[in-house]
Amino acid sequence: MTLIPEFCAWLENTSVGTAIRQSTWLFPAIETLHVLATVMVVGSVTMLDLRLLNVAWRDRSIREVHEDVLPWTWSSFAVAAIAGSLLFSSSATKYYHNLPFRMKMVLLVLIAINAAFFETRTYRRIGNSNDEAQISFGAKIAGAVGIVLWIAVVACGRWIGFTK
Amino acid sequence: MIQSFCDWLSNTSLSLTIQTVMWIIPAVQTIHILCVAVVMSCMAMLDLRLIGVAGKRQPISRMVSKFVPWVWGALPVLLTTGIILTIGEPSRELLNPYFRAKMLMLAIVTGITFVVQRQNKKDTSFWELRRGTAATAGAFSLLLWVGIITAGRWIAYY
Repeated sequence: MTLIPEFCAWLENTSVGTAIRQSTWLFPAIETLHVLATVMVVGSVTMLDLRLLNVAWRDRSIREVHEDVLPWTWSSFAVAAIAGSLLFSSSATKYYHNLPFRMKMVLLVLIAINAAFFETRTYRRIGNSNDEAQISFGAKIAGAVGIVLWIAVVACGRWIGFTK
Repeated sequence: MIQSFCDWLSNTSLSLTIQTVMWIIPAVQTIHILCVAVVMSCMAMLDLRLIGVAGKRQPISRMVSKFVPWVWGALPVLLTTGIILTIGEPSRELLNPYFRAKMLMLAIVTGITFVVQRQNKKDTSFWELRRGTAATAGAFSLLLWVGIITAGRWIAYY
């Protein structure tokens, strides 16, 4: 069980982690990038989730919205994840012991499970129709769960900044 | 003058409540960021469409009428949560150059968005027929939104 704490100790002593910790502007600059990418992830995926719930974009098929929106989500997520990892490396041990940080990571795993289940099962059964009757109960659940989990991720992310 | 206003505001009972109840500021900031997510994703997609690099499957007019109402819906919530945060920490915001830059950029981008929407309402082919102007408006809008988020985050580091 000492593997993760040892990794954290190693990570924050790398030249990257040290540089971000010691610089006055690197942390806020990377954090700004993290926030920019995060709002794009949450905003874009919420468009799909609201379509799945049949709340928004009702005149377009789920397939079309899925194709238009998810490239934004994935590319933004890549940026958010890299920037987030860099922020983590500046004080890895501190974040590892931080409750909202841990909750955020668990929530991201739940989001991955929800997305994987939707992509591999529910989405495959959705046709090209934009008829409300075509939206399965499973798709609506995936959309609702996605929205709730992302709101919780943002809340935990913000909460990290208010804890020691 | 602003300083004395901040001093007065931070001693009102409303401000003192926001300052002392630990969860209010993080909770309000969370709502603020979620609304920023709505605005930023809508505007990034619309602006890149105006510039002509993304979303070409849909006409500009449809994207304007689809996305801009979400911005007008989110802005009042952003304003309300922003005011609550400002009442809680007046001098952190009102005396902060990043905050002032953010408000200035917000005023300009609101004007651009208003004009984009108004011309689109008058004539749905307006922006399709003026690709250069559309691209310029989109580029300025995108830069301003990125600037607003950047300034917003840097308020905390002044």
